[in-house]
Amino acid sequence: MDVWAVFVEASRTAVGVTAGAYALSAIGLNLQFGYAGLLNFGHVASLMMGAYGLAITVDRGGPMWLGVLVGVGAAVLLGLILGIPTLRLRADYLAITTIAAAEILRLTFRSSFARPLTNSVFGIQGFANDFFALNPFPAGRYGIGMFRFDSRQLWVMTVVWTLVLLSALLVRRLIESPWGRVVKAVREDEDATASLGKNVFFYKLQALMIGGAIGASAGIVLAIDAQNVHPDFFIPLITFYTYTIVIMGGAATITGPILGSVAFWFLFSFLEGFIGRAVSLGWFGGFVDSTSVGPVRFALVGVGLMLLMIYRPQGIIGSREEILIDAR
Amino acid sequence: MPADFHAEPVVGGPKPDPVLVVDGMVRRFGGLKAVDVAHLEVQRGTITSLIGPNGAGKTTLFNLLTGFDDPDEGSWHLDGGPLVGISSYEVARRGMVRTFQLTKSLARLRVLENVLLGAPDQPGERLVRGLLGGWRAKEEENEQKALALLDRFGLSDKRDDYAGSLSGGQRKLLEMARALMVDPAVIMLDEPMAGVNPALTERLLEHITNLRDVERKTVIFIEHDMDVVMGISDWVVCLALGSVISEGPPRHVSSDPAVIDAYLGSTHGESA
Repeated sequence: MDVWAVFVEASRTAVGVTAGAYALSAIGLNLQFGYAGLLNFGHVASLMMGAYGLAITVDRGGPMWLGVLVGVGAAVLLGLILGIPTLRLRADYLAITTIAAAEILRLTFRSSFARPLTNSVFGIQGFANDFFALNPFPAGRYGIGMFRFDSRQLWVMTVVWTLVLLSALLVRRLIESPWGRVVKAVREDEDATASLGKNVFFYKLQALMIGGAIGASAGIVLAIDAQNVHPDFFIPLITFYTYTIVIMGGAATITGPILGSVAFWFLFSFLEGFIGRAVSLGWFGGFVDSTSVGPVRFALVGVGLMLLMIYRPQGIIGSREEILIDAR
Repeated sequence: MPADFHAEPVVGGPKPDPVLVVDGMVRRFGGLKAVDVAHLEVQRGTITSLIGPNGAGKTTLFNLLTGFDDPDEGSWHLDGGPLVGISSYEVARRGMVRTFQLTKSLARLRVLENVLLGAPDQPGERLVRGLLGGWRAKEEENEQKALALLDRFGLSDKRDDYAGSLSGGQRKLLEMARALMVDPAVIMLDEPMAGVNPALTERLLEHITNLRDVERKTVIFIEHDMDVVMGISDWVVCLALGSVISEGPPRHVSSDPAVIDAYLGSTHGESA
């Protein structure tokens, strides 16, 4: 079996647009979950706001830059609207209400009465032409050997990884400031933080809104890359992937979400390629056929995560000391 | 140097220069009146202890006074300013800071960070200033103050440890240092001695008297250990079933039949 080809393909995925977009999504969620301790299970809604904000604006004749602003603005607004009634709830209730809110939004967007705005289940396509018109890379394939990307991929990758870098720097600057100290204190104990004169609710709301804005940029990138938005893309699974990435990389670290996304998508792609080839070579006999490749891959990713949680609960770069304190 | 007392030991009686005044405060939990305080004044610059049997409403009263719970009726004033409907963080900003019965150390923050969090005037805690900068000068100033506090409470060598790695007694000290960083006029300690070994109790007591004598703070604290209460309090308030049944200097309260009744049960006299 050509393991090298599987490895190269997995490496392409690991630095590709999807991995970059999920890194962005994870940076946003990490601010909420890792630093502020908010169990937001509706993170996918902010990606959806970003994607649809862009698609609808352009669909109605607006320019793309306005679409991006609308998308990010809609996610910030969503954080505000969702946060005001729910942030007073305890962590587990916040999780329930946010996952429900995200699903309600998705179901609303796909319903027939929303068709004039969202085109319901048919989605909106072809709204990113202006973006690709700006592509500075001449047509062609870039890279070495099998590790190559076409100019279109390269352009989106350049943008998404730049956004990843900028968002990570933004979060680092915030977290290393006194603002970040209060946010972390809120995660540790809300009452103690309030007893020292800090408006806990306000900090949680800010973390939710900023995390949402970063999440929206992930949604915008995914929408641009696909030139397509569709409500049934924005299912809770995306939130769970993002959680997996944050925890895998190391929650409450700056580079953890980025490394987590790279590792997650590498593993995902590698297992898919490996199992697919193994099946076609008949390694598993009749036990696994080609239609089972997907489920087997998921099962193996699950096993990998379990091993990670057992042997490295702090994630790839998290601090073991912090995790042990949490366990007490 | 304890403060001068001119106040008469009368329940709900007036006191000279009261820093905290409570009027008609009632908190019900269903049919139960957990707190029912008609009038209570706390004199500035004193150590006032709040005693009473379990379930007397001491912690509930603390929660109400500091905005962590809302009373059904009543009003209370800190330094003349009304505190009705004020949230907990705002109460702290106005100069009344509390600690908790179950110590709340911010476990995954360093010891120094815990204390720095108490600083009331760090502009970098606002999102935009935190992002743009211009808070480092204030931070350095706060750090000097925080380090001095850590030194005083014997936690200097722990400054870079996670607060979660401290022992129970050290956490009590940290909580006190953190509260002092806010620079409050009134500091409320909810069972500061609970679960602390006797050697450390002595040091904690010294710290509490220093709050009054050196820092010129008003201290209100809940305590069960009568020896501790009698030793350091200027004034003792005894609660039972949510109401103040006795108040006065320690010796007055300890000999008050109402207090003995509350602690030992009201039938002890009748059955004799």
